[in-house]
Amino acid sequence: MKNVNFTVNGQSIEAAVEPRTHLADFLREHAGLTGTHLGCEHGVCGACTVELDGAPARSCIQFAVRCEGAQVRTIEGFDDDAVMQQLRTAFNAEHALQCGFCTPGMLITARDIVTRLPHLVNATDEARIRQELAGNLCRCTGYQGIVRAIQRVLRERAGATHAA
Amino acid sequence: MKAASFEYSRPRSVAEACGLLAAGEELAKPMAGGQSLGPMLNLRLAQPAAVIDLGAIEGLREAREEGDAVFLGAQVTHAAIEDRRVADPSQGLMPSVAANIAYRAVRNRGTLGGSLAHADPAADWVTTMRVLDAVYVIEGSRGRREVASGDFMQAAFTTVLAADDVLVGVRIAKCSTGTRFGYFKFCRKVGEFAEAIGAVLLDPARGVRRAVIGATAGTPYLVQDIEGVLVASQASIEKEVRAAGCAEPYEFQMHAVALKRAVAQALA
Repeated sequence: MKNVNFTVNGQSIEAAVEPRTHLADFLREHAGLTGTHLGCEHGVCGACTVELDGAPARSCIQFAVRCEGAQVRTIEGFDDDAVMQQLRTAFNAEHALQCGFCTPGMLITARDIVTRLPHLVNATDEARIRQELAGNLCRCTGYQGIVRAIQRVLRERAGATHAA
Repeated sequence: MKAASFEYSRPRSVAEACGLLAAGEELAKPMAGGQSLGPMLNLRLAQPAAVIDLGAIEGLREAREEGDAVFLGAQVTHAAIEDRRVADPSQGLMPSVAANIAYRAVRNRGTLGGSLAHADPAADWVTTMRVLDAVYVIEGSRGRREVASGDFMQAAFTTVLAADDVLVGVRIAKCSTGTRFGYFKFCRKVGEFAEAIGAVLLDPARGVRRAVIGATAGTPYLVQDIEGVLVASQASIEKEVRAAGCAEPYEFQMHAVALKRAVAQALA
């Protein structure tokens, strides 16, 4: 076992972990944060995507022991986040989920898209949005609703910027 | 799946990492971004006795100008290159390649040096470093040495790195402003590893005309008959693709098309 100290959703955590325990298992089993889902466990499906030091990362291929000093933010840590509130509303309105398994990872990737690439507001930007989403798999929606929800938030945010 | 058990250490310097690797007697594995080794551990394709985490070695994140060249530390991430947070010696080739590696969540963690040391033939950086003629800077228990781009990778997943060596970075000569490049990779899905790669770099001011066939069964192949390939001579392209070891019909066609498209991009 190795001791590790890091921050999850603003709270510091100190724990002894086996080096082979990946961050997603740590979050779910040790921290009780089951919003982070596990699909493929080898970095392909995107269900386990969390924010690590401010940027999306796969928690299934990041070992918890490597997180010394890191800031981790899971889907539970975005409850009061204004952008995430917009995305949740848009996902609901556009039918961007059915079973919901991919949704935590989708939302974290979607938030990265709308904040990092705010210029993708035109209809012609759809291909780029789909490319950015390619690392998150959804087996229910066919992605149509997810793309529409992201486009909706991009437009809302661009409008808000112009109004201000 | 879950990884098999391994010992873990987090050295603060390259020298300390080399010592730990040497002590591991070939059963210790260095981990950089962990975006390839992580999945391999989870799938138990890799079962090292010890993982030596290079993530806490500050010096490896460095990128700096060195006269006519740029040195990029091994721990520079794909996303840092994509976002141009580090100096770009390549007049835009490297940021455009970086932007199409895997997915953003992987690019945020995955590193240039990790990808090069892993030496998957289908990965982007081994081919890109060949066309840019990068110099590999390696430190080990026997000191520091430099290796030419054509000598670093020896076969699929095999490099000149000894068990106690650490790749500390690459030095890349700065391309001139008039540089043109083409880079085409064929993937079955966005973010997948490539089935075929063509890369072309033309820098008239430095007299550089290079083309590389990547995602072969082994090392990236440096085109010999560059004149024939640049005039899109079908005979030259076919000869080069065969020389790259891509003989099976599907493989042959994919690589010939990737090379042609890279040439067309560079000349457009």
